[in-house]
Amino acid sequence: MLELRKDIFADERDDNLKEIGKGTQRQDMLGHVTGTSSYFNDHKLQGMLHLKVVRSTQAHARIRRIDTTEAERSAGVRRIIRGTDVPVNLNTLLSLINFGKDDEPSLAVDKVRYKGEPIVAIVADSEREAFEAIARVKVDYEPLPAVFDVEEALSPGAPVVNETYPKNTFTYHEVYDHQKLRFGDADAALATADHVLEQRYQMSPIEHAPTETNGAIAAPDTNGRYVVYTSTQALFFSVDTCAKILDVPSNTFHFIGGTVGGGFGGKVDTLTEPLAILGAMLTGRPVRYVFGREEEMQFGPPRGAERIYIKDGVMRDGRIVARKIRAYFDSGAYTRLSSYAAVKCAAHLPGPYTIPNVYGDVYCVFTNRTPATAMRGFGVTAMDFAIECQMDKLAHLVNMDPMEFRILNAYRDGDMKAHRREAKNTALIECVQVAAEKAKWPLREEYKRASSRKDGGGSRAVIPPTPTDPSRARPAAAGQQRTSYDRLPPTVTREPPREPPPPAPPPPSPRPAAPSHGATRFSSVFGTRRR
Amino acid sequence: MAVTVKTFASASEAAGALSSDRSARYLGGGTLVMRALNEGDVSISTVVRAQDQALARIDASGPRVTLGAGVTFARVLAERDLAFLHAPARSIGGPAVRNMGTVGGNLFAPNPYGDFTVALLALDTTVAVQGGFGSRDIGIEEFLQARDRQAGTLVLSVSCTRPASTEAFRYRKIARIKPKGGSVVTLAAHLPISGGRIAGARIALGSMAPTQIRARAAERALEGRSLDATTIAAAASAATEGTSPSDNALGSAWYRREIIGVHLRRLLSGQE
Amino acid sequence: MSKIPLQFRHNGREVAIFVDGGTNLLVALRELIGDMTPKFGCGQGGCGTCSVLIDGELHLSCLTLAETVAGRSIETLDGMKQGPNLHPLQRAFADNFAAQCGYCTPGMLMAAKALLDRNPSPSRDEVIEAISGNICRCTGYEPIINAILAAAGGRISA
Ligand SMILES: Cc1cc2nc3c(=O)[nH]c(=O)nc-3n(C[C@H](O)[C@H](O)[C@H](O)COP(=O)(O)OP(=O)(O)OC[C@H]3O[C@@H](n4cnc5c(N)ncnc54)[C@H](O)[C@@H]3O)c2cc1C
Ligand code: FES
Ligand code: FES
Repeated sequence: MLELRKDIFADERDDNLKEIGKGTQRQDMLGHVTGTSSYFNDHKLQGMLHLKVVRSTQAHARIRRIDTTEAERSAGVRRIIRGTDVPVNLNTLLSLINFGKDDEPSLAVDKVRYKGEPIVAIVADSEREAFEAIARVKVDYEPLPAVFDVEEALSPGAPVVNETYPKNTFTYHEVYDHQKLRFGDADAALATADHVLEQRYQMSPIEHAPTETNGAIAAPDTNGRYVVYTSTQALFFSVDTCAKILDVPSNTFHFIGGTVGGGFGGKVDTLTEPLAILGAMLTGRPVRYVFGREEEMQFGPPRGAERIYIKDGVMRDGRIVARKIRAYFDSGAYTRLSSYAAVKCAAHLPGPYTIPNVYGDVYCVFTNRTPATAMRGFGVTAMDFAIECQMDKLAHLVNMDPMEFRILNAYRDGDMKAHRREAKNTALIECVQVAAEKAKWPLREEYKRASSRKDGGGSRAVIPPTPTDPSRARPAAAGQQRTSYDRLPPTVTREPPREPPPPAPPPPSPRPAAPSHGATRFSSVFGTRRR
Repeated sequence: MAVTVKTFASASEAAGALSSDRSARYLGGGTLVMRALNEGDVSISTVVRAQDQALARIDASGPRVTLGAGVTFARVLAERDLAFLHAPARSIGGPAVRNMGTVGGNLFAPNPYGDFTVALLALDTTVAVQGGFGSRDIGIEEFLQARDRQAGTLVLSVSCTRPASTEAFRYRKIARIKPKGGSVVTLAAHLPISGGRIAGARIALGSMAPTQIRARAAERALEGRSLDATTIAAAASAATEGTSPSDNALGSAWYRREIIGVHLRRLLSGQE
Repeated sequence: MSKIPLQFRHNGREVAIFVDGGTNLLVALRELIGDMTPKFGCGQGGCGTCSVLIDGELHLSCLTLAETVAGRSIETLDGMKQGPNLHPLQRAFADNFAAQCGYCTPGMLMAAKALLDRNPSPSRDEVIEAISGNICRCTGYEPIINAILAAAGGRISA
């Protein structure tokens, strides 16, 4: 069961807290075990209609014609909604925080950009009747060349996926086509490293697969307002998104959320609420729009695919001296949250390690795949997968134990991080030590004694001179080993008795005493908070 | 238009209703029919049911075993006399699917399903069907080959001869999720032994072609021989002959071809 | 209107409703009877959150044509509590942290009940088998298995 290692950083923690560090029951547990927790769909409304959408069968096509005449005559159909019926049929989620341009329609009008994109919504008396009407909608497509690979999308002559971003990359600060991180001179350090290891990693999209699918029920209320029961993970965000798309003040809506049947990031995109509300506005009846399982899996937004190139320079003693990363986030056809994920990813480089020279370019790329969104570990999961694979390979290359190799390179309190913030409250070393202990993995004494609070700072706190010009390729040092990794043991011979690596210089001044109460070991991309 | 449900007391009436309506679908346990309706399959507009007790009958007392088409896998598992069919029955779905899914429906289940049918194919089962014009028996191979055209016929029962010993009938299903999951590949082998030699071997494979098929080349490699390492190796290396697997979310065609021989070898050599 | 009359027992109570042709039992229970405890997770038999007991046997209500339960007895999570008290399984789920979002919980509890009603002291493997048709995306199966074993072991009193 749960074990709290209170011996670690004990002096930084106040253990007289009433709740923290103690087991406590979830406030919603009784509802869960009795089945009385109320999810969005647990509402039975008089005269409720059902909304289903016609989805694109094409990954990329111009829409020549949409013919709904037969569908309109289909039994039980109350209303057919097309793109022109949507008051503001172009949005991007993060426009609420002024990030990105509106690029995605609620219902496609002239073009579809991914397979499964909604084109027409049908509101009918029953789901069956909605399905029957869907089968009667005719969409005339003119297929366009499609692109499904991030690097192909960036190559000259690639099809333009999303005209809002004609270069197939998200635009940061109106100018930049990627996120850039420069710290020290990675190229110079690579040129002098004992070994250089360059690898390519990629991750497929991952569907959140919540047990409850995405959905919403919207119903007309008194005073021209609408009650909306929703599965959203981000209620106020959804309210404002709906207000924008439907062009009404946000107090038009009374959103009721709360218990979400699993989200994991897949229920922030506000995909069902706007159409459900519009359906209720146009019919005057309660309307439910809930994804089927196949819709959820195929067209619900996943964690996007990523491709990552890492080039590391490592010394024979195990110190990583340079890390150069190029990463591509596959945003799919539109911007949901990958643009922001790329920012978080860049801020995360080079992982929880102190490396004096770091170089990162992170792109958010458009392809004709399902738009991608947030998922737990937002922006850093694939990168961490790549970095940790790379760490194992590097350890192998320099003949070091992979756990010890991580402890050696781990960031410590007082170190300068690549995005120019001092590392505080670091705990990687302790994590590795505990993991090794649990796995009965032998660590040598000096690694057992290592601490996140020792040996950091000093020369490790210095921001190195960083060239801003595009750096020229440098000749590699004579005798450098460039490795494309294979699983065989490294063949080069190295000094066999491994000296403990030279510790970084001790910090110039003693670390300030930690405050005596809890909640200090928290840092975020936006800086470190100390209470 | 809502779906029309027609319920009949006898199998023959149900068969009549099925054969006269192309949009009609017979409802066995419903695990696939209801799924299609839930996902919006508008090609089904009539559901036909039969409450004929004959469809739920199990006759397992003698050497010839007969299972009504409406027998569920849970009932197969509850029947001690059907021990030879317990492995295939247990390999299907979770408990709820076994309580609902029927032997008859399994004959129509597309890949990655139809595991019980793999066993039935190896056992040289006879399928009793009722069309518009009365009932007849057909061999399971013939039945499967014409499966797409069987719409409109009602399966009444399946029957096969009980294998001579537990050794003589073997079954193996490879799934990615345990204890549940669609088939990556499924294998069944009936290996009657006469005078120390295999006589009349039948090997059936699931997920190796659009329907369950026999591995005839592997059967030939076994025929008339004793089940020793050489014979097993020969059969295993012939396992892919005549197969045409396809890609799906559970495995690629390439992967299926790679592993089928490995699993056939394990099945024949009695390895776990 | 092709409404079909249907009568069955719902948690011990006779109910009578009219269903449309093709309606599944999950929709009938939720939308016609108002028992919201069985959930929709897939409509494909894949997740198990709609699980109910029909005459004591575990079934997926989303794949059950409503008409086929005429005259039969349906149990759902709504009928699990024993008066004002939690059923030992409910208590054990709560005590063992066997739910997070709670969406799979109704199905898990019914699958567990189907097991314990027949087999009051199952092995761990039997528990795993019994919930193998139920997907939980949040909690992880360990706490759920432990909860069912705890309920079976009588370590939890209602
Ligand atoms: C979650 C889940 C897991 C599953 N796992 C497995 C598995 O591991 N292995 C496996 O093999 N299958 C599996 N299945 C598929 C399916 O449950 C089984 O194949 C089952 O045997 C189908 O039988 P049924 O009676 O439910 O079929 P139904 O849905 O009633 O019918 C299926 C088809 O067969 C036709 N049919 C049924 N009975 C007859 C008859 N008597 N005469 C003529 N036509 C008939 C129907 O018209 C329909 O076209 C799974 C299904 C689900 C939902
Ligand atoms: S909703 Fe019935 S199994 Fe998922
Ligand atoms: S608790 Fe969320 S699916 Fe199980």
